Amino acid sequence: MRESLLKISLVALVGILGAQAVQAGDLSIESWRVDDQELWEKDLIPAFEKAHPGIKVKFAPTAPTEYNASLNTRLTGGTAGDLITCRPFDVSLELFNKKQLADLNDLEGMKNYSDVAKSAWSTDDGKSTFCVPMASVIHGFLYNKDIFDKLGLKPPATEEEFFKLLETIKTKGEGITPLALGTNDGWEMHQVVYTSIGPNYWKGEEGRKALVTKDAKLTDAQFVAPYEQMAKWAPYMGEGYKAQTYGDSQNLFSLGKAAIYPAGSWDIAFFNKDAEFKMGAFKAPVAKAGDQCYISDHNDMAMGMNPASKNQADAKVFLNWLASKEFAELYANKVTGFFPLANHDIKIEDPVAAEMVSWRKDCKSTIRLNAQILNRGKDDLEAAFWNAGQSVVNGTAKPAEAAAKVQEILAK
Amino acid sequence: MASRSRFPWHILVFILPGFIIYTLFSAWPLLDTMFLSLFKQASSGERVFSGLANYQELLSDPHLSEGFWNALWNNFKFFLVHVLVQNPIGLLLAALLSLKGLHGAKTYRTLIFIPTLLSVVVIGFTWQLILSPLWGITPNFLKSIGLGTWFQPWLGQEHTALLTLALISVWQFVGVPMMLIYASLIAIPDELIDAARVDGASAMRIFWQIKLPLIVPTLGLVTILTFIGNFNAFDLIYAVKGVLAGPNFSTDILGSYFYRTFFGAQSSLGSPTMGATVATVMFLIILMGVMIYFYVVQRRIHRYQL
Amino acid sequence: MILAKAKQPFNVIAVHIVLLTYTFIALFPVFIILVNAFKSRKAIFNSPLALPNADTFSTIGFEKVLSKADFLLLFGNSLLVTVVSLFFIILFGAMLAWALSEYKFTGRTLLGLFMAIGIMIPIRLGTVSILEIVVALNLVNTRTALILVYIAQGLPMAIFILNEYMSQIPKELKEAARCDDVSEYQIFFSIILPLARPAIATVAVFSMIPIWNDLWFPLILAPGESTRTVTLGIQQFIGQFVTDWNAVLASLTLAVIPILLLYVFFSKQLIRGLTAGAVK
Repeated sequence: MRESLLKISLVALVGILGAQAVQAGDLSIESWRVDDQELWEKDLIPAFEKAHPGIKVKFAPTAPTEYNASLNTRLTGGTAGDLITCRPFDVSLELFNKKQLADLNDLEGMKNYSDVAKSAWSTDDGKSTFCVPMASVIHGFLYNKDIFDKLGLKPPATEEEFFKLLETIKTKGEGITPLALGTNDGWEMHQVVYTSIGPNYWKGEEGRKALVTKDAKLTDAQFVAPYEQMAKWAPYMGEGYKAQTYGDSQNLFSLGKAAIYPAGSWDIAFFNKDAEFKMGAFKAPVAKAGDQCYISDHNDMAMGMNPASKNQADAKVFLNWLASKEFAELYANKVTGFFPLANHDIKIEDPVAAEMVSWRKDCKSTIRLNAQILNRGKDDLEAAFWNAGQSVVNGTAKPAEAAAKVQEILAK
Repeated sequence: MASRSRFPWHILVFILPGFIIYTLFSAWPLLDTMFLSLFKQASSGERVFSGLANYQELLSDPHLSEGFWNALWNNFKFFLVHVLVQNPIGLLLAALLSLKGLHGAKTYRTLIFIPTLLSVVVIGFTWQLILSPLWGITPNFLKSIGLGTWFQPWLGQEHTALLTLALISVWQFVGVPMMLIYASLIAIPDELIDAARVDGASAMRIFWQIKLPLIVPTLGLVTILTFIGNFNAFDLIYAVKGVLAGPNFSTDILGSYFYRTFFGAQSSLGSPTMGATVATVMFLIILMGVMIYFYVVQRRIHRYQL
Repeated sequence: MILAKAKQPFNVIAVHIVLLTYTFIALFPVFIILVNAFKSRKAIFNSPLALPNADTFSTIGFEKVLSKADFLLLFGNSLLVTVVSLFFIILFGAMLAWALSEYKFTGRTLLGLFMAIGIMIPIRLGTVSILEIVVALNLVNTRTALILVYIAQGLPMAIFILNEYMSQIPKELKEAARCDDVSEYQIFFSIILPLARPAIATVAVFSMIPIWNDLWFPLILAPGESTRTVTLGIQQFIGQFVTDWNAVLASLTLAVIPILLLYVFFSKQLIRGLTAGAVK
């Protein structure tokens, strides 16, 4: 009697071992955009499936913080999805070099993209492109129009006006926090602040390219200056900003408790949904009136194909659809704040997003400072930048010190 | 059925099922990982044998060693907080709960153990909210007792973040030492305590002079389990501070350092071989702690036997 | 006993104050989560400590979360994985512990040391190799993969606890059975296992917690929609609703409740197991 218990359990174990998941022929998309899951499921995928009946698509995102690690593990283990959302530049290039992303040069839809759009997902020599560009993001500041109107304020054009504005909100705002920004998470300090206000100092692409060719150093004045401005922001940030997370900042602004929010265009969608006030946007202020302005217009997202996919033909159909005008229109207007990179003429309906795109006309665009080539050192330059921005605003490092530390890592 | 076979098949039957699963899904992957630390990976993906070069690089090349020593040092601090706070609190609670005739002991015990059950996803998020300068629970509480100026964004400052996280971890795990110590306290024969009580000894004296010496082995066990747990810790730091263990790596411990080297972080790509090296070093550190425990501590302790 | 009650040799009130204070500390964060999960967004922000009242009561978070995902499926997956893993951890762990504590055979010490490695190294360090094996066995996105890994993860600690316990079982019991020519299997299943029940409960609680709460292996081995566990599901909600506190708090509440129920279910046995170490 008792012995049979053992037998039963062994049989049970074998039984479980035998029951296996069935691999369907559906296309599965890897992405870090958990926020967009609903949009993909309700709008984008149905639109595609309508145009291409017979192909089923699943959107399977992983949280942004885990995306790179878990995608790498799944690619190595051979369990990743058919379509891979590509981070820009080196992270994807590395995947391509390891043959974990397929070469997409022959994909018909690629003709819809300029070389600039493709640059973030091409080899250095530009000969191979491995992801279909999907979207770029633009950086700037969002502001609460109601608060501005109440205090009689106008969006600032110059740095001087900007600080005057902050001071007014601080003194007259009755508890309104001037800047909804915290240093807890770190990444905003670099990606949303330093690379957004910085291009006005280092003259966008000119400064960025000088860094790449080693004709400039981060310790040069034009790269230290943005840190000097950031160091002056602390008094206008909320009490306890050092433990304020990105989510906290979003809440603070959306609940109307802060006036200005240093933003990436992707934030618009969230505030449209949650904020109960009118919102506007202004670009990073320049040093003096009439100066040429530069904006951070960063290639952010693309999609490639897993070479180990069993559904490559279908995957290519999907990627060609990504390059179509239909997708660009849908994406730009459904996923507010992500701007299409294809050469289609798209009308952007959201007023704030349209405002941000309009900056492209007057200002020169540049991508995030260290995204291309510079990150290839032995050490994690991106992390060093985050820490530098954090330390400067937290007051634990002087601007020049922080810049010197990053330069040291860059030089390695 | 009468004669037993020569070969002890039953031993094999008892051992094999667990042994096979354990070997395949735990021991082999771990050994494979350690083996990997002896290789270097070329950018093409090929692996070349490199002996101990990875170890040398980890311990002496500043671009890795700075982070490694920082994480190791932080990990010691993390452990120290547990030893100095978690275990004494656990001991105190266990001592109180084991008092004879205390009403509600069972309820206390059950309730105090609850945090230990929760996942770090829950705990990390909850404490971030409670300590948040925006949500106001902690600042308002301090204000209400007149200590409003004491409030600081503890999780966000370089000099307080690690300590705060360690205390959160203490809060979560204090139930474990409490339970273990409690179990050994109530295992002490009643006669010993009754005898002392008849002699008029106070509860304090009974605890210090009779109970404590008897549970020293359990305290040793609790300490070594804490050590193993702390030098494996990762989840809480990751849930609250992310892979960069900020601000400025001030909350980086070996677990998070391993994660970054293995899987990469922001612009750095992970290196399985260097990650494996870190993993192996972590293993050696833990092994060292366990050896010290077995050869030094345990030998000196006279184990209380029935 | 009666005598002791008449005059407690300790200050009862002081003891209760200390214990109550600590219980409060232990439960306060859980309380905050539960209370705020049932409030509107504004009320969460404006008066986090208040109980929900007619004005602020809201279950919008739960509605959002429940409409987004099939919670029954998530719970079912977690429960299946946890219970099956526990069953095999206990069965195989007890068998191994018994073999190690009872029989003298060559390589016994070595086997004991080998099994102890698992206590010292987090199994996560072997993730890449584990995934390769799981892929080779074609078990990706199955609950079986998770169960196998969790059994491997739980065995060392189970053996550690059970071994200690089994070596305390009086010799006479076993010898008496052997004289009656009872098979070794019967000794194990009908004498030893029932005797070890309290220790088994301890193993169950200590193994259950990390399995139920694990985020890592579900993420790597079984992220598929049909095999997702509760903890992974919750983590993804939190990622998705970072700023939607209603939804986040509701998710957290849903994550906390089942483990509390499981704990209540096991807790009596747990205490017995812990305290039965001394066979008085």
